[in-house]
Amino acid sequence: MIAQLTRNERHNALIILGVVGLAGAALGLAGRNDLLGYHGLLIVLFSAMVALPVIRALDAPEPTLDREDEYYDDPIRVGVILTMIWAVFGMFVGVWVAALLAWPELTFTDQAWASFGRLRPAHTTGVIFGFGGNALIATSFHVLQRTSRARLAGQVTPWFVLIGYNLFCLLAVTGYFLGITQSKEYAEPEWYADLWLVIVWVTYFVLYLRTLARRKEPHIYVANWYFLAFIVVVAILHIVNGLAVPISWGSAKSYTIYSGVQDAMTQWWYGHNAVAFFLTAGFLGMLYYYLPKRAERPIFSYRLSIISFWGITFMYMWAGSHHLHYTALPHWVQTLGMTFSVMLLVPSWASAGNALLTLNGAWHKVRDDATLRFMMIAAVFYGITTFEGSFLAIRAVNSLSHYTDWTIGHVHAGALGWVAMITFGSIYTFVPSLWGRERMYSNTLVEVHFWCALIGTLIYVFAMWNSGIIQGLMWRTYNDSGTLTYSFLESLVAMHPYYIARTLGGLLFFIGAVVGTYNIYMTIRGTTAPRAAAGDVPVGRPLAPGE
Amino acid sequence: MAVKEDDPVTGKQTTGHDWNGIKELDTPVPRVVIFFLIVTALFSTVYWILMPAWPLGVTYTRGLLGIDQQTSVENALIRGAIQREDWEREIATLPYDEIEARPELMQIVKESGNTLFGDNCAACHGLDGSGRVGYPDLTSGRWLWGGDPETVEETLRVGINSSHPEGRFAQMPAFGDGMLDRTEIAAVVSYIRSNAEGIDDLGELDAQGVEDGYELYAMNCAACHGEDARGNRELGAPDLLDAHWLYGSDRTDLFQTISNGRAGHMPQWEDRLSLVQRRILALYVGSLSPAERLEALDVE
Ligand code: HEC
Ligand code: HEC
Ligand code: HEM
Repeated sequence: MIAQLTRNERHNALIILGVVGLAGAALGLAGRNDLLGYHGLLIVLFSAMVALPVIRALDAPEPTLDREDEYYDDPIRVGVILTMIWAVFGMFVGVWVAALLAWPELTFTDQAWASFGRLRPAHTTGVIFGFGGNALIATSFHVLQRTSRARLAGQVTPWFVLIGYNLFCLLAVTGYFLGITQSKEYAEPEWYADLWLVIVWVTYFVLYLRTLARRKEPHIYVANWYFLAFIVVVAILHIVNGLAVPISWGSAKSYTIYSGVQDAMTQWWYGHNAVAFFLTAGFLGMLYYYLPKRAERPIFSYRLSIISFWGITFMYMWAGSHHLHYTALPHWVQTLGMTFSVMLLVPSWASAGNALLTLNGAWHKVRDDATLRFMMIAAVFYGITTFEGSFLAIRAVNSLSHYTDWTIGHVHAGALGWVAMITFGSIYTFVPSLWGRERMYSNTLVEVHFWCALIGTLIYVFAMWNSGIIQGLMWRTYNDSGTLTYSFLESLVAMHPYYIARTLGGLLFFIGAVVGTYNIYMTIRGTTAPRAAAGDVPVGRPLAPGE
Repeated sequence: MAVKEDDPVTGKQTTGHDWNGIKELDTPVPRVVIFFLIVTALFSTVYWILMPAWPLGVTYTRGLLGIDQQTSVENALIRGAIQREDWEREIATLPYDEIEARPELMQIVKESGNTLFGDNCAACHGLDGSGRVGYPDLTSGRWLWGGDPETVEETLRVGINSSHPEGRFAQMPAFGDGMLDRTEIAAVVSYIRSNAEGIDDLGELDAQGVEDGYELYAMNCAACHGEDARGNRELGAPDLLDAHWLYGSDRTDLFQTISNGRAGHMPQWEDRLSLVQRRILALYVGSLSPAERLEALDVE
């Protein structure tokens, strides 16, 4: 890996790590009487750990000149491994919090870190940012190079993006265990982690644009638009929602600049668009590349991809206020959120339809190939979840579903059925070629993973649908005399069987992820196939006449 | 120039672009998509015309229906209050025996008492009111202060060892703090255990010092728990000979109770629940222990 860098680049990498390490030391010193001190120390240790292999290989032979003729796959390989590590961690914590909801007495120590309130964000951040984010970075680098027929525009930069991003995730998750949080859902990390992410993310954006500018294909493939929308909008969301004033440079705590209902609106404008651009747009980028690639079919409709892209990009921006129905938020803002959410269904289904119709002529492959089946089911769940989302955004429906487990069911139809399945399908598609193997170590294990994931998701989602609707109904049932029929506790008692079912479904999903990780590990350890099965068009191949 | 190809499966042409082997068909946007775009846009437009929707600087379009969530919720609250008005007035003002004689009122007490109890009391007393260590069983028919609705209403209003200025005060003193030594406490424990109902694990220790225990009891404890150790509802001192225990009846539990003292905390509800709600709960709590009601009837 380091061998791909010239001596100069190795020096640059060390300088960057030195600066980051020094910044960590400064934070640590300033915050030595605060929880911030631990994070300063963590940054120093992290930089040192990353610097170690670079220092070791400082005098290793330099790369040959023609590396520009090859795709830059080292950061992608590391990205895939990190994706799977975060998947196992995040989903393990998911099963843990699910078990705590069913059996609260399992809280095994009275240490604060082991409490539900700290574990839950460790789960959400672990899966969304750790697992999802690394998968997005890795696949975007892969798709970008292949569809542009160009090597990434930078040798150290891709590493900076990948490793820097993981430092952010690490600060986030360790922060929760320590008790550091901004208390904004999906935006919990504190100001210094937020600032660091801005630097990393802007670098990511510039890298993406510079690589696109080098492309040797005349047109930009639609997957890249989605990845770009993901990068640009997440930057905007993160910066606007993250505006906060630290109480001092030596403290981890900061206060957001917004207050009251403005704060709520900004947070859910952020929150909903994080779903839209992090968990949807980026993963649609994956879908648009790996699904046709694996099915070996052309995209059903170029025009449909275009109107879906602009429809999704435009309409999502308005939808956030559907998270705040029946609150202090003015009624008119709720109306706009609701109506745009309803219209959003059309481009969403158009995307799902475009993906499924692409499979025409390849359905026999869907039957035989679990990898392609992962992606097919992902498209189906994408359709189910977006339909459900538009439905839940209707005020009258929301009055039943809000604050209940229905939301959790909806989230996980998307998270397990769509996000995780499209990721696994994509990873199985390109892992063999990435490591120059003919195929995955075991196709049977891919099959096992598929069924664990599908059955786990179905159990989880059905349990939460049931539980959510029962909760919602119990909370709004009145006696003839005009008093509530059920106490909150009775609704909790009614939830218990569903919480057990959810834990079992989640456990199955988690086992699937562990099986997948093992399979990927064994594939990496396997022997190189004589002819790498990549089938990629090489970088910078001159255009054939007529192209 | 891009070369368009025919796709044999669909019979459609590709756009001629090729990205690492991925091609796109030039299929027109299907009609249904356009249709639903128009339908949802129309729906939204109509909705915007009818409901509060678009901002106009300092105000916004109010919508033809004149609906506003603030007034909707205020109206719903008023409607609810009207629906409850009659029976709430009756429960607040009628004497308890009159309420108990009215099945339709008792039906309301049962229904809404169940919810009120679940939301406010069950965390300590259990969903069915049967309590647990430190939290009295409200279904046993044995009371610290009394189970008739008037007494329970007062217990709820002021609480026990609570923050209420008129709160009930119930303190079991810590006799281990120099008043009794260990042998003396052990003797009192023996006295209680060998006389109490329903203790079937009497051991050797329980036979030791029962006589002394009785003496010590009479001197130290009878003032509160009564000569016959049957408790005193004036002071909230429990019956020590019945089979119901707040803190447990084995030797260690009793030793701890006597040596370290006890003072359970029951919150006051005057600031949290309305008079009607407290009266509903008073009746509801009474109905949890039919035994007490029967006893009361027998006496008359
Ligand atoms: C924080 C826990 C807690 C809550 C909540 C609570 N209680 Fe209690 N309650 C107690 C404890 C403890 C006692 C016993 C006090 C003592 O040890 O002297 C008690 C005693 C009582 C008594 C007196 C019993 C007797 O024998 O005289 C009644 C009646 C009662 N509670 C009813 C209620 C009702 C009704 C509610 C709901 C509005 C309620 N409690 C909520 C803890 C609680
Ligand atoms: C000042 C009055 C007072 C005196 C004196 C007193 N007690 Fe108590 N005792 C109480 C009260 C009040 C309680 C209830 C405490 C509570 O509910 O938290 C109680 C509770 C108890 C209990 C717990 C009953 C259960 O159900 O778990 C035992 C046992 C007990 N007392 C034994 C004694 C003995 C033995 C003595 C004499 C050595 C004694 N008490 C003296 C007031 C008194
Ligand atoms: C092993 C599989 C998983 C299990 C067992 C699991 C379990 C849970 C549990 C128990 C909660 C808390 C629910 C509550 O507070 O009532 C939760 C929340 C959440 N999970 Fe998961 N999860 C899993 C996988 C995932 C994945 C893969 C993602 C995303 C990629 C995800 C995203 C979320 C989100 C966004 C929330 C917060 C929902 C909200 O606040 O409304 N989960 N999960």
